[in-house]
Amino acid sequence: MHAILAASGPDVPFSVLTTIVVAPIIGALVLLALPSNRPEYFKQIAFLFSGATAGLTAWVMVEFDKNTAAEFQFVDSWTWIESLGISWTLGIDGISLWLVVLTAALFPLAILAIDAEHTPKAYYAWLLVLEAGVMGVFLALDLFAFFVFFEIVLVPMYFLIGQWGHGERAYAATKFFVYTMFGSAFMLVGILATAFLTAAETGNPVSFDLVYLAEEQALATNTARWIFLSFALAFAVKVPLFPVHTWLPDAHTNAPTAGSVILAGVMLKLGTYGFLRFGIYLFPEAAVYFAPVLVGLGTIGIIYGAIAATMQKDLKRLVAYSSVAHLGFIVIGTFALNTEGIEGGLLQMVNHGVSTGALFLLVGWIYDRRHTRLISELGGLQKPAPIFAAAFMVVMLSSIGLPGLNGFVGEFLALLGAFAAYRWWAIVAATGVIIAALYLLWAYQRVFHGPAEGDNAEMKDLTWSEGAILVPFIAAIFFMGLYPKPVLERMEPAVDALIVHVDDNVADFDEATPDILPFWTVDEVNEYQTKKAEEKAAEEGDK
Amino acid sequence: MLDAAFLIPAFPLLGFVTILVFGRRLGEPGAGWVATLAMGGSFAASIVTFLGLMAEDKEERRFVQTLWEWVPAGDFSVDVGFLVDPLSITMTLFITGVGALIHLYSIGYMHGDENFSKFFLYLNLFAFSMLMLVLGDNMLLTFLGWEGVGACSYFLISFWFTEEANASAGKKAFVTNRVGDWGFMVAMFLLFTTIGSIEYVDIFGNAGELSENTATAITVLLLVGAAGKSAQFPLYLWLPDAMAGPTPVSALIHAATMVTSGVYLLTRVNPITAEAAGWSLDLIAWVGAGTALFAATIAVAQNDIKKVLAYSTVSQLGYMILAVGIGAYVAAIFHMITHAFFKALLFLGSGSVIHGMHHDQDMRHYGALRKLMPITSATFIIGWLAIAGVPPFSGFWSKDEILAYAYDVNPALWVVGLITALLTAFYMSRQVFMTFYGEYRYADVRPEEIQEIWDNRIAAAEAAVTEAEAGIGAAEEGVTKAEEKLAKAQEKLEQRQAEMADVDQSDEKAVEKATKNLDKAQDGVVKAQESVDEVTASIATAQAEVEAARSNATGVMLAAQAGGDDLEGITEDDLPDAVRERREFHPHESPWQMTLPLVILSGAAIVAGVMNLPFSKDLHFLEKWLEPSLFGNKHKLGLSGGELWVLAIIAVVIGAIGIAAAVAIYLQKRIPAERVELPILARGWRYDESVSDFMGGPGRKGFDFVAWFDANIVDGVVNGTGRLVRSVGGEMRSAQSGLVRSYAALVAIGAVGLIAWFLVRTTF
Repeated sequence: MHAILAASGPDVPFSVLTTIVVAPIIGALVLLALPSNRPEYFKQIAFLFSGATAGLTAWVMVEFDKNTAAEFQFVDSWTWIESLGISWTLGIDGISLWLVVLTAALFPLAILAIDAEHTPKAYYAWLLVLEAGVMGVFLALDLFAFFVFFEIVLVPMYFLIGQWGHGERAYAATKFFVYTMFGSAFMLVGILATAFLTAAETGNPVSFDLVYLAEEQALATNTARWIFLSFALAFAVKVPLFPVHTWLPDAHTNAPTAGSVILAGVMLKLGTYGFLRFGIYLFPEAAVYFAPVLVGLGTIGIIYGAIAATMQKDLKRLVAYSSVAHLGFIVIGTFALNTEGIEGGLLQMVNHGVSTGALFLLVGWIYDRRHTRLISELGGLQKPAPIFAAAFMVVMLSSIGLPGLNGFVGEFLALLGAFAAYRWWAIVAATGVIIAALYLLWAYQRVFHGPAEGDNAEMKDLTWSEGAILVPFIAAIFFMGLYPKPVLERMEPAVDALIVHVDDNVADFDEATPDILPFWTVDEVNEYQTKKAEEKAAEEGDK
Repeated sequence: MLDAAFLIPAFPLLGFVTILVFGRRLGEPGAGWVATLAMGGSFAASIVTFLGLMAEDKEERRFVQTLWEWVPAGDFSVDVGFLVDPLSITMTLFITGVGALIHLYSIGYMHGDENFSKFFLYLNLFAFSMLMLVLGDNMLLTFLGWEGVGACSYFLISFWFTEEANASAGKKAFVTNRVGDWGFMVAMFLLFTTIGSIEYVDIFGNAGELSENTATAITVLLLVGAAGKSAQFPLYLWLPDAMAGPTPVSALIHAATMVTSGVYLLTRVNPITAEAAGWSLDLIAWVGAGTALFAATIAVAQNDIKKVLAYSTVSQLGYMILAVGIGAYVAAIFHMITHAFFKALLFLGSGSVIHGMHHDQDMRHYGALRKLMPITSATFIIGWLAIAGVPPFSGFWSKDEILAYAYDVNPALWVVGLITALLTAFYMSRQVFMTFYGEYRYADVRPEEIQEIWDNRIAAAEAAVTEAEAGIGAAEEGVTKAEEKLAKAQEKLEQRQAEMADVDQSDEKAVEKATKNLDKAQDGVVKAQESVDEVTASIATAQAEVEAARSNATGVMLAAQAGGDDLEGITEDDLPDAVRERREFHPHESPWQMTLPLVILSGAAIVAGVMNLPFSKDLHFLEKWLEPSLFGNKHKLGLSGGELWVLAIIAVVIGAIGIAAAVAIYLQKRIPAERVELPILARGWRYDESVSDFMGGPGRKGFDFVAWFDANIVDGVVNGTGRLVRSVGGEMRSAQSGLVRSYAALVAIGAVGLIAWFLVRTTF
């Protein structure tokens, strides 16, 4: 249970989570303080600060106590404004741990992988601000602080797309900003309503403390459902769920490569994470009530996104639509509301960050070399660039969900959980894996197979530095595919606690779990078989 | 000794990693030898494990080796672990044995390929995946192997990826297989939610608890999976296209090992199928029997040597699926093993022929290769006798066993199986006769070349007609001109005659002059008349020429029709250069790396029948060996010895009829081949093209519609709302994105201000 907020787990010598959030901000301030005529330092400094954050996160990951993963660890809690019940509370548990790790890993890599096309100072400063905001969202345990971070991330992403993007970047940036703001406006109302109505119901002072509000469950059923919907709208836009997804292809296609990597890698997870951490935790009854709708929308997203991806002419747009499909798996797993499904969804959040992040990097490098993303203008690239093609193949197979690579484990568990809860939706959703193979393999064929002509024949292969950047991605793809246990076992206590929380607070909640029949050892099966054979022999003897 | 089981997949994995790291340095043939050695090691480990299993008591022949916990999530938990039992070890033995031979063969076959080491990299990865498939102690690990072999198959089919057709074939294989994988996945979900585990030992213990409906659903879903991997109707489409890959790949993946996965899986879960409703088992049997017959009819009319073998493989896999459906699991595995030997042999033999024939795969261009490729032809003939069901070659015993069970369960299935056997004997004999017997046809001028020569001639004759017709036009023009001249001359004459009449007779000089003029004019008229006659005559000549050209053209066309494919009327000078090049070419036998595996496999194809001879219960070695894996779920044959003899004799006679028909058509040429090689069969009953047409037509339109719907309707609403808001808020129009920008800046400043305010008010 999340009841105890007192710092549990390892002894913390200093406020490590706060440092993780603040370090990138300091980096951004340092960048601003630097003279503009020393551009050679900007990238190094940005990498230094995001690297420091990554180092701290690595330390948190190692020190994280998996036995108490259900509780928030490394908690920093300071009262800010007593009168409004707003606090600066950060904490990490099994649900947020891997998303924080993913964020910490992805930013330094994205900074290293791509050089700013112009005005590097502002570019790297915005990236660092973005990192701080994303970290804040994943760590905040106070609704108000969460909302502030949730909004802050929009600003750097807006400028990254608008200033450093391609094509119709102004349109895409505006659409992204307005669309997401529209969603979160409802959430702000929801947050305020939750805090003030809880105070009114209980007679306690107003508080925005997540754990307090969730454990109190003071709202009337109908009120909670309405408020859940206001959160759900904000998160659905962020995920994005069908039919509020159309900002995503435009934003992705026109964003600079690092922007796409971050957008797909971590920012889409703000929505799915929000559903888990806030939607289900705060409003368990409403979550159970609306789960069928969300599973339905997720399933539609899987099929619809995959079909739309198949017909895209722009490689980056294709990957963007594939995100709609992949995020659908996360949603159906999450709202299966059982351990397998939620763990699958969480794992898929991390997997999608790795695979799609790497995919956007590779597509970005193709664009750098060929100055086009149109599939029809590419072709036969495997001949001049075999290593590039091999890397693309591995990442693509991970995205397709090939067993042994990371994508499969999450997808499988999410579908398994969904099947236990919503059999028919899951059967339909599982056909998404067929279309996934179709759109990615077809794209691969058109881009890498066939004869290479013209500029395509001159395509430069992967450089050593690019390869070095891909190594962590590929390592994660194999590690999480072959040995996901360390990841899963750190999530499980927190996921189980969330399900218990739902079970405690929803009268007729029936977690969709399988009927467990006895497990057998080989010896027992051997014995059983011998017995059966003897019976048969006896029967035949009777005859 | 059982602990050595993990080494079976570990060797190919080690080979894969070695080639991945050192591949370029190893190069040719080093990488090939590393891969082959890895397979040899794997084979040795299989034998060691096999002996270890033999040493155990019969009831104890099941062993699980767990390496690590793979996916633990809530109640769901699977390990990376191996189930060692008679069934899995039988599979590993022939996979590694045949696999090692095919690796060795590939060293010769892939000689000179620029991606030599990459080929062996994929081959080892494939072997690793295949062994994970059969050794996995749970369905998820089997699924890992299942999709792994699918991915390797994709890499290897599109190995020569610069050809679009190869790339498409690879993609088609992967995507079609994914349809089957969907069935496999849903079956796992269903199993987990009903018995709470997908580990095989739990399935063995708990399958009895499944309700009939659940067991039936799982059975049907696994059949979908098996139809994908084992190329059964309606998902078999990818296998003939998969022949685009290098031939050793066809032998290893698309004949001997991967395509038998479906049969293996259905056998493995026999405690589940035992609980399923009868109709689902009938469905399996009929899918198998139907596919066997359907594919055999198509094989009859194929001219590509590998396509014949591809459809033959689909057909033989149909036999195995049929056997599984009627509970004849031992027969299915028996046929799987003998088929692995003789079909790998046939594929490798065809590869040897293709290798020796300049990569020409059209059997119509072969003939009489018996003397030029003695080892290839001798071993190929053994493979042919085995698949055609000629006793005592191995295929006879295994196919006969399936037919006997079919007869026992449902005579209708037996009849279908028998017709398939007839067709099998026929098309395989056809292949052997076209390839190794008859006349040497490689250097022959080919029908399409003769056709081209005739086409050229007809075109030339038609050009001559056109030219002659132009001649008539010219002549007619000449006549017109000459007639004009004649008219002028006559005018002149009349003028002169008038002058003559008017002339003063007394003026002698004038009279003389007029007479002279008159004579001249008369001469002119005569001359003009002559020239008119002359030119008129030339029209006739031209017309005669046209006549001649036309009749020549008609003659050429008639000759073309009459001559057809014959060389009659064609001279040496007409022949294209390609023919001369082919005359210079001499087909050759392949190197020892290729012929040695052929010899070993042909030995196996001869004797493999002894595994399970029908004469006495004591000779049912395979049946007794597999018993612990089948839990008494095998159908008990209720036929007497006499009935079995009669069935066997019928099968032999049927096979003989098939061979005799092929002799009559392809050796003695007493019946024209067109009678059996129907166009509809050559086109595979148009099934493939119908599916392709649907996918490229309505299917694609549907997908396009979704993309259009998204861009115009879903997003259109969003953009429309945006425009509406802008036009309502008048001045916002000019602001456009600028407004949002300042708003974004405002949010940033606001957030910073908020944090600052918080920090100031904070009570630490």
